[in-house]
Amino acid sequence: MTGADHRKIARTAAAIGIATGTYGISFGVLSVAAGLTLAQTCAMSLLVFTGASQFAAVGVLGAGGSAAAAIAPALLLAGRNALYGLSLVGVLRGRPASRAAQAQLVIDETTAMARAQDDAATARFAFLTTGISVFVCWNAGTALGAVAGRGLANPAALGLDAMFPAAFLALVAPQLRRPGAPAAAVAGAVIATVLVPLTAAGVPILASALGVVAGLVAPRRASG
Amino acid sequence: MSWTALLPLAAGSYALKAVGPVVVGRRPMPAGAIEVLELLSIPVLAGLVAVQTLNSGGELVVDARVPAMAVAGVLVWRRAPFLVVVFAAAGTAALLRLLA
Repeated sequence: MTGADHRKIARTAAAIGIATGTYGISFGVLSVAAGLTLAQTCAMSLLVFTGASQFAAVGVLGAGGSAAAAIAPALLLAGRNALYGLSLVGVLRGRPASRAAQAQLVIDETTAMARAQDDAATARFAFLTTGISVFVCWNAGTALGAVAGRGLANPAALGLDAMFPAAFLALVAPQLRRPGAPAAAVAGAVIATVLVPLTAAGVPILASALGVVAGLVAPRRASG
Repeated sequence: MSWTALLPLAAGSYALKAVGPVVVGRRPMPAGAIEVLELLSIPVLAGLVAVQTLNSGGELVVDARVPAMAVAGVLVWRRAPFLVVVFAAAGTAALLRLLA
């Protein structure tokens, strides 16, 4: 891993952090509007630290739902983090206490960045750099949004909702050289798309993991 | 939302994240299992891309995100730098919404 690699990863991590921070602002605004206090809003971003789950939880609360009704969809959306953590087992090293701390950073952005690297040491650097960048920006954005309130940022008007899938596409693309990866990716995307209108939020992305079967079958067919 | 509801949500989210790094951790695993786990993030991230591009509140919707992703796809294929890809996608979506 060269200094140039380090700088490139750090730049990418900073850009992802800034984009995530903008969403953090809108989370802070929505959370306070849904009736959570400033302390609860900030605590949720620090402790839950999974954007999609947090938006789902405050969405239910804002619509008058109970706490129990808010937790279920939030955990369903967080389920994919378990899959990410499993795919990062070879990357997240260290003593149990260190791994326990790193676990809090296991999210979409850190997984995509880590898995886009060629070796475990670079992957670990990408995971930690992205994790710290997103953690700082997400929590700073949340506090800013919760304090300053409405009208600070509209992520969709800035096109940031298109920025995230583009970022994940750019991070997944280099991994498609692995045997079976193209079949797994296509299967995962198709499964998720088909399930969007049919299932609860969170299920489509969880179910896309089944695409791994296509990836395991495809190369054996090609070589056999 | 009370603190007694927020803390279980935090605990549940953390428990899910910790399955890999803490529960599985550094235990030795058969080579086949490692192969499956390393491949696992690819279909899940591809599913995430599809959902983030097409989902709008549980419906499949074609909006400014789709042409933005077409631009991103071409740039990725042409091996454009990461920041060029994401800013081109955001710019395309923002511009289309501004014109709409």
